[in-house]
Order: sequence, then C-alpha cells, then structure tokens
Amino acid sequence: MTDDEARALIRTTLHQVAPDADLDAVEPGETLQEALDLDSIDFLNLVTGLCESTGFEIPERDYPQLSTLEGAVDYLTGLGSAG
Amino acid sequence: MGDFTMPSLGADMEEGTVNQWLVKPGDEVHRGDIVAVVETEKSTIEIEVFENGVVDELVVEEGETVPVGTVIARLTSETTAATVHSPVLRHLAEQLHVDLSSVTGSGVGGTVTRADVERAGAARVEGAPPGTRPVPQRRGQRHRKAAERATGRTRSSPYARRLASQLGIDVAAVQGSGPGGSVVEADVRRAAAEPAGTGGPMAASVEAAGEVAASSQVGDKQAAMRQAVGALMARSKREIPHYYLSTTIDVAAAVTWLERANLERPVTSRLVLPALLVKATARAVAKVPEMNGFFVDDEFRPSAAVHVGVAISLRSGGVIAPAIHDVDTLALDDLMRALRDLVVRARSGVLRSSEMSDPTITVTNLGELGVESVFGVIYPPQVALVGFGQVGDRVVARDGMVGVRPCLTATLSADHRASDGHRGGRFLAEIDRLLQEPETL
Repeated sequence: MTDDEARALIRTTLHQVAPDADLDAVEPGETLQEALDLDSIDFLNLVTGLCESTGFEIPERDYPQLSTLEGAVDYLTGLGSAG
Repeated sequence: MGDFTMPSLGADMEEGTVNQWLVKPGDEVHRGDIVAVVETEKSTIEIEVFENGVVDELVVEEGETVPVGTVIARLTSETTAATVHSPVLRHLAEQLHVDLSSVTGSGVGGTVTRADVERAGAARVEGAPPGTRPVPQRRGQRHRKAAERATGRTRSSPYARRLASQLGIDVAAVQGSGPGGSVVEADVRRAAAEPAGTGGPMAASVEAAGEVAASSQVGDKQAAMRQAVGALMARSKREIPHYYLSTTIDVAAAVTWLERANLERPVTSRLVLPALLVKATARAVAKVPEMNGFFVDDEFRPSAAVHVGVAISLRSGGVIAPAIHDVDTLALDDLMRALRDLVVRARSGVLRSSEMSDPTITVTNLGELGVESVFGVIYPPQVALVGFGQVGDRVVARDGMVGVRPCLTATLSADHRASDGHRGGRFLAEIDRLLQEPETL
C-alpha cells in the first residue's frame, strides 16, 4: 500500500465510523482521538474498518502506533510491504 | 390499534417532521417494523410500529411538521395478525417454518408460547398435519418487498430532493444509504462533495454551492439542538431536586481483564471499558431499584426493565442519549455490538424510535474526553444519571501499602424525590463491587 492509498483508506474509514469528524482539521503529530474527539468505541470502529479493508488483524498492542495520522499511515504502508 | 400518533422521542421533543413514509395504505405491518422516518430538532429517527395490522390511511404527508401526539396514520387490526407475538417467538417460528397464525396457544389467555411453536415445528417436520403450514414468505423478504412496492421511483426524503435540486444533482443517480436504500440528506451532500468526472469549473461551483447550503442548514440545526438541550436541562433543574455523590473506583481488575480478553479476540469482537461500565450500572440497579424508572404524576414508578441511555456527544454540538434495551440481561458481547452500532448510528444521525423514547437510567462517559469527573443533569422523567470520568493512574493506599493503580471517578446525580443519598451511595458501591469482578459481567 502506498502512502496515498493508506491516507485515502483512513479517510474513507473514518468517514464511515464518524461522518461528523473532519480529518482535515488534524494537525501533524496531533492524536486522532483528541483532535477528532474519537471515543474508544469510535476508535475501535476505525481499527475494525481498517482491518476489514486490508485483511490484516491489528492487535490491541499496536493501537498506540495508530494514534496519529502519520503513525497510522506508516503502520498501514508497513503492513502492505510485509504482505 | 387505530390511531398511530407522532411519538415522543425523548422528553425534550415537542414536534417532529415526517420526512418519509416507508409504508402506504394497504400495507401489512408487524410490531417492530420501521414505518416512517421522522426528523426532530436533534436527530433523524426511524419510527417503529408497536402493533400488527394494516395501514389504513396516512394522515400526515411527507414534509409536514406536527406536534407530539398528533395522529399521523390510521391502522386497522388484521384478523390473522391480531395476536401480537414477541420478536423472539417470530424468529423461532421463522426458523422452524411455522405459521404463527395457525398455532393454537396454550399460554395465558390463549397466547402462543415458545413450547407451542416448538411443538408445531416438530409436528410440521413429522408430516405437516392440519393446522400447521410453512410460512409462505419470510418476514425480511416481505418487508423489503413492501419498500420496493411503495414507489417505482428513487426513494428519497423531501429535504434530500430539495437539496439535490438546489445543488443541481440528479437524485436518481445518487446512491442511497437511508432505510430501504433511500436517498437522505447526507447522500446528496456526499454526491455534491465528490468531484464530478473531470472536475471542471462546473463541479467546483456545485461544490461551493453545497458548502454554502450545508453551512446554513448546519447552523439552523445546531441552534435547534442547543435550544432542545437547553429546554430539557432547564426543566430538569427546575423540577428535579438533584443530589450528587462521587466515589473513586479502582479499575485495575477491569482493565487487566479487558486486555487479556482482547488478546484472544479478533478486532470485530473486542471489548472496551465503557461496555463494562454500562453493564455494571445496569446490574447494580437490581440492588437499588430506586435509581431505575420514571418520576411521573408526582410519584416514582420503578421500571422492571433496565434500558440504559448512553449519552453520546455529537461533534456538531449537542448530546443525545439513546437507549440500549434490557442491558441487565444482555450478554457482554451483545452489549458491545449494540454500543458500537448505536454510536455509529448516532454519529450519522439515524436512530430508532424505541431507542429514543424509553431509557430508564442514563450513563455518561465524558471521561473519555479527558475530564476527571462529571456531575450530570438528569434526563426527566428519569431519576438518575451515572457519570464516569477518565481512567488515570492514581496513588492509592491499601492495606498499609502505597501503590499506583488505574482509577476513575464515578458520580451519581439522582432525584431526591425517588431516593436518598444513603441509597445512592449504596448504588455506587454496588457498581464498584461489580467492576472488581469483570468476568461476571
């Protein structure tokens, strides 16, 4: 998965779980949960959506790596190259 | 049976707009079927029917706004569907291919029981004696067919159609995400935001127009929501003599149990702490029933069922607290699924009437947004609201030792007309106790 694909996937998935959240408002380095007011259920729905799209199981211990937009993009592109 | 009125979808609702009818005169409806989509100041709600029957007349037209209690449709009982069967029974009947209307009931007043259905199912398998015959059509199929029959054109809400024409969008070309694949406001906005094919100047202007329309509409909605929340909370503070209690709960056991449980779970069935908090609250009601029910006509009426309202704050402003039903008896996995589903639907603005009208106690979990404790305002006519703050490591002295443990502050706002502080304290203590045994929740 390329950087752009990962970014697009996060955007689409986020729109499904929280249509009222605005990804453009997130500053680099800001955590998604804080910037977008995602509660733990929103976040779990986001991770579930990413798992379903990529076919990879994302374990709970990897959640911290997904906390920022950049981190999540890196994580997803990493999944692609490993697979 | 008879008049079907605009339901009260929360104590703060005074009127509602019928956005869309999903049935038409002559359609057969069953308890639990979604018959209409109603828009309130706070949300878009799918309205369910509570009885079986046939739609006689739609009194209120799509787009019309009427006060709560106004007759919006007339229904007549249908002889074959006169008996109301529970969803569980209908499901069982479907599985066993038993026609419920042909089953002779052995329960109180001739009601059909589970055993009757199972007996009929077994008889059917043995050779279909008279009195039992297979269900001609499954309920889901019939429901879909009714929706398809209703109109030949693209199904869309009046507001979606109006918006689409403002934005120069062909409704027929928009993919609907509403009930029965109908096109709703959000679909039109999505279609407007998507760059059209080449993305020329035309697309840009459409997009800009969309934003203008969206922002003014969103502004109206926000103001209406603010007003609705304000009116309800003012009423609560005027009428309900609140008392407030708080206690610190050590959640090490709950957090550790969750981590361990989630290790073995695929992402689709993982659990989060709020599920345990909601469950513990619902179970604690058994020990202190004065927290669960309604204060109406100058008296407290405890509720046997525990329907927990879950306060969900919307990013556009405002808060709604739809209910999850029978949480005390719901398995944790089912509760978790219900929570996830509810949060997504609340965020996208489509809830069901039964969720909005009958929570018996409410839980708010503002802690997830970083506050230590929340002393909430009770949703009338309920009598209690439980708040959970943020989980954080705190220095705790226990058994003469000092340690660091993950803790949260649980608070209770309760109605003094229904209970006293002593009982409220007992309630919080019971929630604490239950959270120390997460495996039993």
